[in-house]
Amino acid sequence: MNGLSLNICYQGEHGFQLELNCELAARGITAIYGPSGSGKTSLLDCIAGLRRAAPGGHIRFRDQTWQEGGRFTPPWQRGTGYVFQDARLFPHLTVRGNLEYARRRHHPGNGPGLEQVTAWLDLEELLDHHPDQLSAGQQQRVAIGRALVNGPHLLLLDEPLANLDHAAGQHCLGYLQRLEDELGLPMIYVSHNIEEVSQLADQLLLLEGGRVTGQGSTLDLCSRLDTRLSQEEQAAAITLCSISQHDPEFGLTELDLEGHPLFVSHLDRAPGQRRRLRIPARDVSICRQRPRDSSILNILPVTLVDMHDSGEARVMLRLALGSQHLLARITRKSAHHLQLKVGDAVFAQVKSAALLMEAEDG
Amino acid sequence: MPLSTAELDAIYLTIALATSTTVILLIVGTPLAWWLARRQGSLSAMIEALVAMPLILPPTVLGFYLLILFAPDTALGTFWHWLTGSQLAFSFSALVIGSVVYSLPFVVQPLQAAFQRVPQGMLQAAATLGASPSDQFRSVVVPLSRRSFVIAASLGFAHTVGEFGVVLMIGGNIPGETQVLSIALYDYVESLQFAEAHRLAGGLVAFSAVLLFCIYRLDRPASWRLRT
Repeated sequence: MNGLSLNICYQGEHGFQLELNCELAARGITAIYGPSGSGKTSLLDCIAGLRRAAPGGHIRFRDQTWQEGGRFTPPWQRGTGYVFQDARLFPHLTVRGNLEYARRRHHPGNGPGLEQVTAWLDLEELLDHHPDQLSAGQQQRVAIGRALVNGPHLLLLDEPLANLDHAAGQHCLGYLQRLEDELGLPMIYVSHNIEEVSQLADQLLLLEGGRVTGQGSTLDLCSRLDTRLSQEEQAAAITLCSISQHDPEFGLTELDLEGHPLFVSHLDRAPGQRRRLRIPARDVSICRQRPRDSSILNILPVTLVDMHDSGEARVMLRLALGSQHLLARITRKSAHHLQLKVGDAVFAQVKSAALLMEAEDG
Repeated sequence: MPLSTAELDAIYLTIALATSTTVILLIVGTPLAWWLARRQGSLSAMIEALVAMPLILPPTVLGFYLLILFAPDTALGTFWHWLTGSQLAFSFSALVIGSVVYSLPFVVQPLQAAFQRVPQGMLQAAATLGASPSDQFRSVVVPLSRRSFVIAASLGFAHTVGEFGVVLMIGGNIPGETQVLSIALYDYVESLQFAEAHRLAGGLVAFSAVLLFCIYRLDRPASWRLRT
């Protein structure tokens, strides 16, 4: 067993109960996604040892048993780094003092040095400041740095971007992505923001009401119709594509998605790179015939493989394109009018697609 | 007018008493305050009440019971005699023990309040960084409460300097051994030496005013804030 094996029953406040039994990979980024109150933070606290799950289950990480029966490894011996939503920097220490604090209590094993972390996260100019002189985004960067200097074997992040504005959040996401590439440190990332999750996570654990409602790769889970992800307003399929070429004349970049061309706004990325592409379900429409005089550039031949009709005004379609999938949300009236059936070959018009900033796969 | 030998003795004795009492109070009071700050339940409420008792009890009541406890024929008195070869009642050591009990709330209460103000989240952050509970206390709780340590020590010191009833009951009035400033002042007034009494009383007023000013000055908002 090389991952994180969880069999947890935790009794929270107000009758809340967290109950799960699953294995998480001990590599890459695993996101725990769910609405507020679904038990995400409780789960993270149980993994870190800040809360104690009921003695019936177990928490094992690689070859270590952190909790089983009467055995309980206290948090300061687990070697888990924890980045809290509210940073929790020590107010009596400077940024340097906070980093030194973590370095002096370094967990055995190889972690990055203080200078390395300072350089990665651009902390040089902040070193002599006190935490209350920093913006929320800067504080969160220091908190990430402090956790890394400590040399953890597993990094837990609890909605680290929740208090940040969009730009600062994207900035931090970029840092996290680079860390994943450079350190190979397994991370568990808690969030209720699907954009963050689809940008960052390799694996996804869906949590609702204290129970697991789905688990699998981000690419797979995001384009399935049997989880709550597809029922959300901002439901979107995540696909992998590569950058083919740039079209400076029209300010576009051509991508290759399963052998089909796809145009997005110009991106300053070298051709050949593989990127994640996020295609919102509400921006995909369906035609029986390939439209010829459409303003929409991106028209893909797809096969309808699944349809979710909840009886409301809209239906969700799952469309296969090669080995990947798109989602489309159309009105039930249109579906009825087009007489759509599973197995039909149709054309998907993609009105917008966003290349995810730093998400790199393979 | 230079101070007399007896007065210098009283000043020296008062400072020695207040210093040793403060040191002992910090050593005893810190873990006690930490324990009280972290516990809930009847036992800690009972201990908390006991610690606060000297605030409302007349010092003479406390002094009376301590005097009985220190008598040579009690277990404590016998043990003390076996340990040191001298009797406990009417000694400087008795004064120290009495002062520790009497000034305990003045040290424990500010510390307890400061410890309760340290956000639990800070301790959790320290724990995930590999700090054991004693390390968390040293590296997070103490620095975040350092103001309250200074305040607690000052209050403990000042309150010991100002004590009278307990000292009179258990220390008597032995010059150079148990005659502290407040007792010496009482002696002057009893024997109608008002000039000398003024000198001591004025000195004590000035000392208390300066110390309290320093404490309250320190208690103003800090350059760094506690986040909750």
